[in-house]
Amino acid sequence: MSNEQIVQSKGQVAQGIGHTDHHVHEGGHHHHHESFISKYIFSMDHKMIAKQFLLTGIIWAVIGGLMSVLFRLQLAYPDQSFPILETFLGKWAKGGHITPEAYYALVTTHGTVLVFFVLTAGLSGTFANFLIPLQVGARDMASPFLNMLSYWFFFSAAMVMLCSIFVETGPFSGGWTAYPPLSALGSASPGSKTGMDLWLVSMALFVVSSLLGGLNYIATILNMRTKGMSMTRLPLTIWALFFTAVLGVLSFPVLLSGFILLIFDRNFGTSFYLSDIYVNGVGALPNEGGSAILYQHLFWFLGHPEVYIIILPAMGIVSEVMSINSRKPVFGYMAMVGSLFAIAILAFLVWAHHMFVSGLNPFLGSFFVLLTLLIAVPSAIKVFNWLTTLWRGNIRFTPAMLYSIGFVSMFISGGLTGVFLGNSALDIHLHDTYFIIAHFHIVMGVAGMFGMFTGIYHWFPKMYGRHLNNTLGYIHFWVTFVGAYLIFWPMHYEGLAGMPRRYYDFSNWESFKMFEGVNIFITIVATVVFAAQLLFLFNFFYSMFKGRKNTSQNPWGATTLEWTTPVEPMHGNWPGEIPEVYRWAYDYGRDGKEFIQQTTPVGADESTNH
Amino acid sequence: MSIYYTAAVIILVFVVIFQIAKASEYVSILKGEDKSRKQTNKINGFLMIAFMVLGLIGVWYCHHILQGRILGESASVEGERVDEMMYITTVVTGIVFLITQVLLFWFSYKYQERENQKVLFLPHNNTIEIVWTVIPAIVLSVLVVIGLRNWFVFTGDAPKNSQVVEITGKQFGWIYRYAGKDNEFGKKYFRNIDPSNNSLGLIWADNASLNLKADPSAQDDIVTEQAMYIVKGRPVKLIINSRDVIHDVGLVHFRMKMDAVPGIPTTLWFTPKFTTAEMKEKTGNPDFQYEISCDQICGNGHYSMKGLIQVVTQEEYDAWMAKQKPYYYAAFPDKDPSSVPVVDSVSKSTASISSQAAAGGSQGKMK
Repeated sequence: MSNEQIVQSKGQVAQGIGHTDHHVHEGGHHHHHESFISKYIFSMDHKMIAKQFLLTGIIWAVIGGLMSVLFRLQLAYPDQSFPILETFLGKWAKGGHITPEAYYALVTTHGTVLVFFVLTAGLSGTFANFLIPLQVGARDMASPFLNMLSYWFFFSAAMVMLCSIFVETGPFSGGWTAYPPLSALGSASPGSKTGMDLWLVSMALFVVSSLLGGLNYIATILNMRTKGMSMTRLPLTIWALFFTAVLGVLSFPVLLSGFILLIFDRNFGTSFYLSDIYVNGVGALPNEGGSAILYQHLFWFLGHPEVYIIILPAMGIVSEVMSINSRKPVFGYMAMVGSLFAIAILAFLVWAHHMFVSGLNPFLGSFFVLLTLLIAVPSAIKVFNWLTTLWRGNIRFTPAMLYSIGFVSMFISGGLTGVFLGNSALDIHLHDTYFIIAHFHIVMGVAGMFGMFTGIYHWFPKMYGRHLNNTLGYIHFWVTFVGAYLIFWPMHYEGLAGMPRRYYDFSNWESFKMFEGVNIFITIVATVVFAAQLLFLFNFFYSMFKGRKNTSQNPWGATTLEWTTPVEPMHGNWPGEIPEVYRWAYDYGRDGKEFIQQTTPVGADESTNH
Repeated sequence: MSIYYTAAVIILVFVVIFQIAKASEYVSILKGEDKSRKQTNKINGFLMIAFMVLGLIGVWYCHHILQGRILGESASVEGERVDEMMYITTVVTGIVFLITQVLLFWFSYKYQERENQKVLFLPHNNTIEIVWTVIPAIVLSVLVVIGLRNWFVFTGDAPKNSQVVEITGKQFGWIYRYAGKDNEFGKKYFRNIDPSNNSLGLIWADNASLNLKADPSAQDDIVTEQAMYIVKGRPVKLIINSRDVIHDVGLVHFRMKMDAVPGIPTTLWFTPKFTTAEMKEKTGNPDFQYEISCDQICGNGHYSMKGLIQVVTQEEYDAWMAKQKPYYYAAFPDKDPSSVPVVDSVSKSTASISSQAAAGGSQGKMK
């Protein structure tokens, strides 16, 4: 809905012709005329689109998670045969052994899917869509149509990726970073044949999706805030989603350009990334003069901001939920916004720390060391602020709150290992070992997922008008939290011993085979944690239809605008006029009151923040 | 059959959990939301502190059983700096880890919801915020300084007396090249590669179609795929190439690593401290080898792309080098003077020069 339309519909309300059922007047969008297709499939309601992102994300999380269980099985039991695998995977698991081709395809698809489809689309796609209009006080996104397109581009990206799994030469298998020449030469690896073309098409569609979404988020936050909602009164979720969108809009096009050059090298005989190559069994290739390192620069110019695209929304969600359930304002609101801003700026200046051992000029590398370790400062500020938010609060352990505490714990653990890796002299030894696997899984994977779970448990009542089962939530949290540490903590030791990542089998390596027992342990825990996610899935889908009905408009006692809508908000969110905002989002415990909603006018004798 | 039993048991466990979860929801409705919230709050508050205590014990236990499996003393002089820096960073981050994690779980436990617990309305405090911005900044600056000093040592020029070896990655193995008696690596060109007898594409002869002129210094280059021999105590500089996709020379025992990029040669240097034989003794592992692991995914055989380094004494090295034949003679045995049955004085003198050159080391230079 555009601004004019909103003004128009506001005006109608003001003139007294507004009617609950007629809150959205334009273009045949009558509430009661919505067909199944326009309501559930090609929906332009931001809340429905958010749910579409969430469901698609969940499906991919299950696929990606299952893949990790499969390749963990290979790592733990390289000599054992599992006939059931052959039943399901056919030639990819001949004789019950996952083949190297299948192993690398699983690893690659797991990475791509989890990073882009689950933790980018599933996390910021879901919560940016759901929360931005609700929390800034808008009836919908700036462009509901582009928003719908954003989801359907994502959906087609997902479909193409799904197809790539079933092509004869297999899906792409050169790692989610897709470094050429391996990704450029079908003759170097079967996965780089049709599978790679589909991978590139899928990723290109995905970039379009996230650009359409990102532009919408930025436009909505900047232009469509309700009366009184100044930028400094925005909840931290919105600030985080805003910076996320800016990062995405500025960095995804660079990734796309890198992919386009790769498509040219693959199909049209150009040599952007290729030079001096002799492939076994094929011979010397005609390409000369390209640079394989160029791709790495283009890739990581997105690739690094990408990890902040994942973690910033999680930070925002956690800040919000932690404040609500501590019944206490988030500590240092401006410092929280400032550190988000600092992280967003620095995100663009650290990409080459992924390339310390690529032959990068050491002098250039030293700048990237400095800038990378600088990021630890705003990150530390955030952690201290979260800790102080808990301090002298009155904490309610809802499942969402547990996940937000778990997030902080994971963020600390994974953030600190970043201090090792960002320091290039140490990175030489730790680069591409299990240490880096442990680092990014904890700080980005697990912490990102915890942010997502925080959001789901917290806003489920707003999404579906029902509550998730708490007991299942608690079991889910504790198994996942303990399990995540059990899986990734020992990996640091494997990495310190130099054990390389992306190895199919370590048993022939004198230097690495002593971790056999550890690998078995990790695989067992990973399987249990995966099973615990099934509890969540059941809880999610069961509660969607049969959960305890939410009867309260504001079940958590929160201050933000989404809890002023009806229990199940309709398209347009507020039946009457959009509420006006008088204060910041964190008036918990002020003047002895438990909480004061943003819509409550400031009393004459009251002090205010922002 | 056992699979079905396992599946049945798992499903049963799930059903039991669901039933308990549902029942607890009904109970909470009967008891009243407030009361049941208080109860679960208490349980979770306790679990927070229990997790912290058990977690810290777990950290200690994990270290206890795994510390013996991580690398021992660095096998290179430069690696000592890595280990020292690793130690400092672990101590610094360990302190921060301990403080922040303990506070996180302790606060969660201590400030769990209680009746009559007054919440402190504390939106911000500039002093403390400045303090905890400045302290991390200072600590990190110190780490950056330590790191960059080491970084410039590692990536700086190799010492003048370094031995130079060229290492080239290919799917899925490594090719090592020594400069031979003239101490100069001959030119090579990738289109000149012949898998049967010229794996690096050395330019031994003129090639009009490729517009190449023969490089005489290529004729004495020694090429092997067996193992790289280097000398204990003498710095070695590796010139790293790739023939096809990106590989990576990973040297865990020497704490060094560098990508092999097609078309862009890279370098790496280090000073080995112990011979392979000494390491066998030190590690107590008779099968110990200095393995080169490929650390950059390079295709389906990535995990099997192993190279070997033999660190030997100077005498052993000289003996080994004396046995090596230039690659050119391996490719064209008829040109090899030593294969001519009648040994004349000329070839004898060449052989002695060659062994002298090897003994004096081969300060090679890349052309």
